[in-house]
Amino acid sequence: MRWLGFSGKEASLLGTSKAVEAQIEEFLDKVISAGQVFSKAFQVYLSEGALENFNKLVDQIQNIEREADNLRRAIETELYTRTLIPDLRSDVLRLVENVDKLTNMYKANLFRLSIQAPEIPDAFKPKYSELVLLAITCVEAVIDTTRSFFTDHQSVREGAQRVADLETQADELSTPLQRLIFQSDLDLAHKVQLRYFVEHLDALANQSEDIADQLAISAIKRRI
Amino acid sequence: MDLSLLIFLSGGLFLGWALGANDAANVFGTAVGTRMLRFASAAALCSLGVILGAVISGAGPTETLGKLAAIDSLAEACTASVSAGLTVLFMTRRGLPVSTSQAVVGALVGWNLWSGAPTDLNIIGKVVLTWVLCPILAGIIAAILLPLTSLALRALRLHLLQQDSLTRWALVLAGTFGAYSLGANNIANVMGPFTHAVQFEPLRLGTGLTLDSSQQLFLLGGLAIAFGIFTYSRKVMMTVGKDLFALSPAAAWVAVMSHSFVLFLFASKGLAAWLGNAGLPQIPLVPVSSSQAVIGAILGIGLLRGKHGIRWSVLGGIGLGWLLTPIAAAVLCYITLWTISVAKAGVIIL
Repeated sequence: MRWLGFSGKEASLLGTSKAVEAQIEEFLDKVISAGQVFSKAFQVYLSEGALENFNKLVDQIQNIEREADNLRRAIETELYTRTLIPDLRSDVLRLVENVDKLTNMYKANLFRLSIQAPEIPDAFKPKYSELVLLAITCVEAVIDTTRSFFTDHQSVREGAQRVADLETQADELSTPLQRLIFQSDLDLAHKVQLRYFVEHLDALANQSEDIADQLAISAIKRRI
Repeated sequence: MDLSLLIFLSGGLFLGWALGANDAANVFGTAVGTRMLRFASAAALCSLGVILGAVISGAGPTETLGKLAAIDSLAEACTASVSAGLTVLFMTRRGLPVSTSQAVVGALVGWNLWSGAPTDLNIIGKVVLTWVLCPILAGIIAAILLPLTSLALRALRLHLLQQDSLTRWALVLAGTFGAYSLGANNIANVMGPFTHAVQFEPLRLGTGLTLDSSQQLFLLGGLAIAFGIFTYSRKVMMTVGKDLFALSPAAAWVAVMSHSFVLFLFASKGLAAWLGNAGLPQIPLVPVSSSQAVIGAILGIGLLRGKHGIRWSVLGGIGLGWLLTPIAAAVLCYITLWTISVAKAGVIIL
C-alpha cells in the first residue's frame, strides 16, 4: 500500500497494537507481583523486623517498580507516537500513570519500614496484617477492573463497585486501629508513627478507589 | 484538447474543485481529523475512489440531469455551471446551508426557462423527493447500523487497542466506499450540464478498456475533484473530522457508512435495476447532498440515543436550503443568460 502514500506506521498498526496490548498486560502483572512481594515483606517485617530477608524483598520490589516504570514509559511513548486510541488516549495515559502510583506506593511503604523500622506492638500486628491483606485485595480488584476496561467494558461498573466496597472495609479497619493506637500507653511520637503507617496502608485502598472511579467514567466513553 | 473547450469546462471544473475541497471531509474527515490516517494517504485514497466512482458509476445521476435540461451549447452549459458555483459561493459566504446538487438543478431549470425548453415536472418531483429522502434515509440507516455495530463489538469482546485498529481500517474502507459513492453520485453536478454540449471521440486505454465521451468528461471532473481534495480539503477534514469524532469512533464509522450507502443508492444503476427486478420501488438516480446525508446520519444516531440536545434549527436550515438554493441558482442563471444574449444582440446591432 506504500504506492498510495501509506507509511509503514499505518500499515503495521495491527502489529503495534498487539505489542502495546502485551506491554499493558505485563505492566498490570507487575502491579500484582509488587503486591505479592509487599505482602510477604510486611509479614517478614512483623515477624523478624527489617533484617536480611526483609531487605532482599525490598530489593525485589525496587526491581519490579523499575521494570513497571520502564513499561509505563514505553506504553506512553507508543500511544503518543503511533497516535493510538485518539478518543481515549488521555484517559488511558492517566490510567497508566495512576496505576503506576500503586507500585510506587508499595515500594515507598517498604522503604519507610526499612528507614524508620517502627516497633509494632504484638497487640496491633494482626490488625496490621489484616489491613495489608485488604489493601492488596483492593489493588488486585482494581487491576481486574482495569483489565475489564480494556476487554469487557460492560463489567467495569461491577468491578468498580467491588473496589469501593473493599475500600470501605479498609476504612472500617483502619479507623478503629488508629483509635486503638491512640488509646494505648505508648508515647505520642510512637503513636503518631504507627498512625502514619496505617494511613499509608489505607492510602493504597484510596488510590485504588480513585482509579476505579476514573475507570467507570472512561468505560461510559467506550460505549458507541 | 482545444483551449476554448477547457475554458468553457472551467465552470464545471471549478465546481469539481469546490466539491473535492468541501465534501471529501464527509468521507475521510474522521480518519484524518483524529490523525488515524495521514492526510496524504486519505487524499490519495479519496481521489482514487472519486475518480473510479465517477468514471464507472457516474452515468445514472447524470442521465437524470440530462433529462431535466439537455444543454447543447458549451457556452450556455458553462453559464449554468458558473451560476450554480456562484450561488454556492454566495450562500456559503452568507453562512446559509447550501448543496451543490440543488444549485446545479436550479441552474438547469433557469436554463430551461431562458431557452423556452420544457421542464419535466415529473423529474423535478423525483429530484425534490430525493433531497428530502436523502437525510431521512441516512438517518434510518444509521439508526439500524448503530445497534448492530454495538452488538457486534460486544460479541467480539475485542481489546481496546484491537478495536482501535479495527476502527481505523473500517474508517479507511468506509471512506473509500464513500469516495466512490461521492464520485458516482456527485459527478453529475460537475459535468452533468456539459454531457450534451461536449462530444469526445471514444478513448482506448489498453485492450478492452474504452472510455466514451461522458466517461472522459467524468474523468476530467474526477481529476478536478481530486485537485480540490489535495489542495484545499485538509482544513475542512480536520474540522469536520473532529466534530464527527465527538460521536465515538464506531459511531463516526456508522455515520460515514450511512452517508456512503445513501449516495451509492441514488447513483447505482445496478442497484436500481436489482430493486426493480425484485419488485421494490425504483430509486431515482439523482445527485444528492453529501453534507446533508452526513447530517441525517448524525441526527439518526442522536435520535436513537434519545438525546435532547439535537439542534432542530439545523434541519430548518436544510429545509430553507432546499427552497433557497435552487431558486437563487435558477434566477442567477436566467439573468446571466439573458444579459449575455442582450449584450450579444447589442454587439450585433452596433
